[in-house]
Amino acid sequence: MRNPLGKTTAGRDSAGMEWRDEGLLIALRPHGEASAIVEIFTLGHGRHAGVVRGGGSRKMAATLQPGTQLAVVWRARLDDHLGAFTVEPLQSRAGLMEDRLALLGLGAVCAMLRLALPERAPAPGLWQPTLGLLAAMEAGAADWPLAYLRWELLLLEETGFGLDLSRCAVTGARDDLAYVSPRSGRAVSRAGAGDWAPRLLPLPVAMLGQGPADRAEVMQGLAITGHFLDRGWQPVLNGRSLPEARTRLVAALARQAGTAEGALG
Amino acid sequence: MTETPRDIEHLIDLMARLPGLGPRSARRAVLLLLKKRGSVMEPLARAMAQVAQSARECTICGNIGAGEICAICADPARETGEICVVEDVADLWAMERGGAFKGRYHVLGGTLSPLDAVGPDELRIPELLTRVQQEGQREVILALNATVDGQTTAHYIAEALEPSGVEVSSLARGVPVGGELDYLDDGTIGAALRARRKL
Repeated sequence: MRNPLGKTTAGRDSAGMEWRDEGLLIALRPHGEASAIVEIFTLGHGRHAGVVRGGGSRKMAATLQPGTQLAVVWRARLDDHLGAFTVEPLQSRAGLMEDRLALLGLGAVCAMLRLALPERAPAPGLWQPTLGLLAAMEAGAADWPLAYLRWELLLLEETGFGLDLSRCAVTGARDDLAYVSPRSGRAVSRAGAGDWAPRLLPLPVAMLGQGPADRAEVMQGLAITGHFLDRGWQPVLNGRSLPEARTRLVAALARQAGTAEGALG
Repeated sequence: MTETPRDIEHLIDLMARLPGLGPRSARRAVLLLLKKRGSVMEPLARAMAQVAQSARECTICGNIGAGEICAICADPARETGEICVVEDVADLWAMERGGAFKGRYHVLGGTLSPLDAVGPDELRIPELLTRVQQEGQREVILALNATVDGQTTAHYIAEALEPSGVEVSSLARGVPVGGELDYLDDGTIGAALRARRKL
């Protein structure tokens, strides 16, 4: 059997299920003394959990760090079993450990993917942008917070809560878009907002893909995505707030915005 | 099969909860203890009872000692103005085995982990900040694990200590003694290369 991404998969037969894919480790917890249960965001199979035998060993510790890109083989007797992963490292993200902000970014990416993606539902549209974001963080690119903001916009879209920033919801105009409606997630122009402007969320031009963004604009953008993520994901969040890892990243970026000025991209 | 006495079964169950032991190995260990009752089992039982009664967490650093304050905190010779921050007592013991550090310690009791809902208040981070301020320490050495959680915690502490003006350092990362480059992961090689020193 072949999945749409062309990776080989085994059907349900006496040998059980097996597939190979590429993935990003997003969570890990110990399982017994020597093993670990990992959650991997895979290219062709979405967020997928499985046991890594020996995953609790010191030998595997460097490989099983959040953010590590892995070549994985998943095997189980039946498709609905938890199954076991065999993993091989493709790319380590150890370079991020020296950069406090990037490390917070990595934590936020992993936590958001874990929360947002339904298990075993492929999200191929997120794969390349996620790798690109992590690569930008690792390279120390100054504009990665803006890339993170755009990644959150994409995450909203992939989970069915995408914003419509193409035209004004009131006038239909494509120019001078300055606000976002906190209810509909649609852009509103300055003229269309009128007296309602104080009730709308300010829309930074960086979210329209226009020009550079300073840190304050990134913060404005994260306030918008945070609002819609929080609202859209409530059935999953169940009254809780967005992941602590994202809160920490936003707080760190806000502190930076308070102390430093400068173009991010 | 003959029935094992209930007390022995209970002992086997308890032993099987220890790290590295399963039901079968616990059974073997209990059999050995029974065979060497005088030379191993009774001294072990006495030692365990004694430690269970006397061992307690040091109120200053979180190490395990015999009193309110552990031997390291009570030793005036270790008042060097340096505090080494470690994740747990096992790490403190590892540092002590090396004998390279002559200052005092602070045991956090874990690392920050948003996934497991472990925040700064669940660890002994507030106590560390108070300690640094009250004791007038010169340097804080963050000897935390080179994992994502360990380093997130290290960066958090470094930032929290910034207003105090104390010098904050962390352990170097790179090639271990006896390590062969061929067997190292690329993250370690990269870290070692970035931390290279002039010879």
